Amino acid sequence: MGMTYIQKLLARACGRDMVAVGDILELPVGLAMSHENAALVINQFKEIYRDTGLEARVWDPDRIAIIFDHRVPAESSKTATNHKRTREFISRQGITKFHDVRGDVGGICHQILPENGYVRPGQVLVGTDSHTTTHGALGAFAFGIGATEMAAVWALGSILNVEVPGTIKVEVNGELPKGVYAKDLILHLVGLLSAEGANFKVIEFHGSVIRNLPTSGRLVLCNMAVEAGATAGVVPPDEETCRYLRDEAGVSAELDLFVADPDAVYDRVVEIDATQLEPQIACPHTVDNVKPIGGVKGKKINQIVVGSCTNGRLDDIEIVANTLKGKHVAEGTRMLVFPASWRIYTDAMEAGYLRDLISAGAVVCNPGCGPCLGIHQGALGDDEVALATTNRNFKGRMGNPGAEVYLCSPAVAAASALTGMITDPREVN
Amino acid sequence: MAKGTVVLKLENDISTDIIYPGRFMATVLPSETPQFAFADDKEFNKTLNDGQVPAGSFIVAGDNFGCGSSREQAASCIKGYDITVVARNFARIFLQNSINVGLQMMICPEIDAGEGDELEVRDDEVFNLTTGKSFAIEPLPQARQAIIDAGGLIPYTRSLLLERAG
Repeated sequence: MGMTYIQKLLARACGRDMVAVGDILELPVGLAMSHENAALVINQFKEIYRDTGLEARVWDPDRIAIIFDHRVPAESSKTATNHKRTREFISRQGITKFHDVRGDVGGICHQILPENGYVRPGQVLVGTDSHTTTHGALGAFAFGIGATEMAAVWALGSILNVEVPGTIKVEVNGELPKGVYAKDLILHLVGLLSAEGANFKVIEFHGSVIRNLPTSGRLVLCNMAVEAGATAGVVPPDEETCRYLRDEAGVSAELDLFVADPDAVYDRVVEIDATQLEPQIACPHTVDNVKPIGGVKGKKINQIVVGSCTNGRLDDIEIVANTLKGKHVAEGTRMLVFPASWRIYTDAMEAGYLRDLISAGAVVCNPGCGPCLGIHQGALGDDEVALATTNRNFKGRMGNPGAEVYLCSPAVAAASALTGMITDPREVN
Repeated sequence: MAKGTVVLKLENDISTDIIYPGRFMATVLPSETPQFAFADDKEFNKTLNDGQVPAGSFIVAGDNFGCGSSREQAASCIKGYDITVVARNFARIFLQNSINVGLQMMICPEIDAGEGDELEVRDDEVFNLTTGKSFAIEPLPQARQAIIDAGGLIPYTRSLLLERAG
């Protein structure tokens, strides 16, 4: 019986010929990522070693990545102190993949990992962040875990009790119409599967649309696979994966490429004809409450947010800047732009995108998670409505349970910025 | 076995943003997180902080409890009150976090109970004393149960480390 891409990856990772769905494995970890919650991981890590007589050393300081992105620069003395303690730990342990609050190396963890070449096809990648699924875009088995689980990974170098997940194959054929993007595709899919439709499963992406999609778009798909509950999303690596890793991420090492068996067994196959897709909107207060844009067009918007680990990449900012160039964000609407990394910020600056955005009235903020989860900047007022290219619209998500968040693509965000209401980008020239 | 009152009844898809809003995420220690449990439900949060929820009480929820962010505070903040969560099913990361930090939770696919109902856990079922109905508890895979039996992932990992070092 054939194996899915992830089954094959897991079999290789633990040195077996094959694994079956439901097998319980202890997996050696290729990369272990944390952000601000490293503060809790450190606490739990020290707890593990308490009274053991063993020295509390991480298993491999080169396989741990820590990226400050959730509250940068620190919004409170509490965060600043957590940052400080984490820096001290990083220095003591000799952890090498550290991205501090800096313009030369900083950014959102789910952009920093790919753009620095830390992610590889075939890798087992765990992160103390649910959107760690993002990295499946480069062929890794990447999934979110809690802080205590990470503390155990730091100690053992492996993750215990991983159940081999079943896989949902999503086959996307046809062609994405003008004005329709990877974000619309994944919103549509989350609506189709529901918020729990892929719980404990992997979503494996296939089809001509996926093959033709650049890595930036694949990152969007895998990023939001978790919104259908998926353990991981994955695009089996191909020429585009190699191109990205070599040309954009500076990876020169040999890549370990393999594909799913043709007779792999899937729990479910979902076929999507991209040609039929329209721009999609996830309405409050769940990500699976998805409607084609026609159903919510005209909704008045107080704040537009472009950015996040989902849609803060250069091509996203390009779309928005090109739409806004020489025009103005509607009166009564605020627009915030958060590039996903300082590299992207710099590229957008050099391309003139930031100038176009600022001239149009947008506020360009420093790379970071920003308002996406309501812990730093850009909180909403009572009864306000936000339209965001981020990934979650849960009640209270943008810092106020009395506000509403709608999710969309950068193209919809840009078109809507001009009018101050949800606007179909296909109707804007 | 454990007996207690349902103090909160919740619907499907309760996210960790509802259980532990993002703005309190700078607070990480399990000893400090309980004060912010369900912070956006001001009434329930006050009841918790006023010490009016006795240990052994229950929260009953629908499908996909704990979806969204991996923040472990969502599990530790409930554990701080010694509350048991009974849900039809749980989101993956929250389920694992609960096991790891020792939050009592039960997967009970048919659970039917309202606020104020008295529940009793009897081996492999939850008995609703108010309605007289009982609901089967779905057992956890053995590998996960072993972590619970060890008292959480910290003691479990500690013994594993010692075993491997020795």
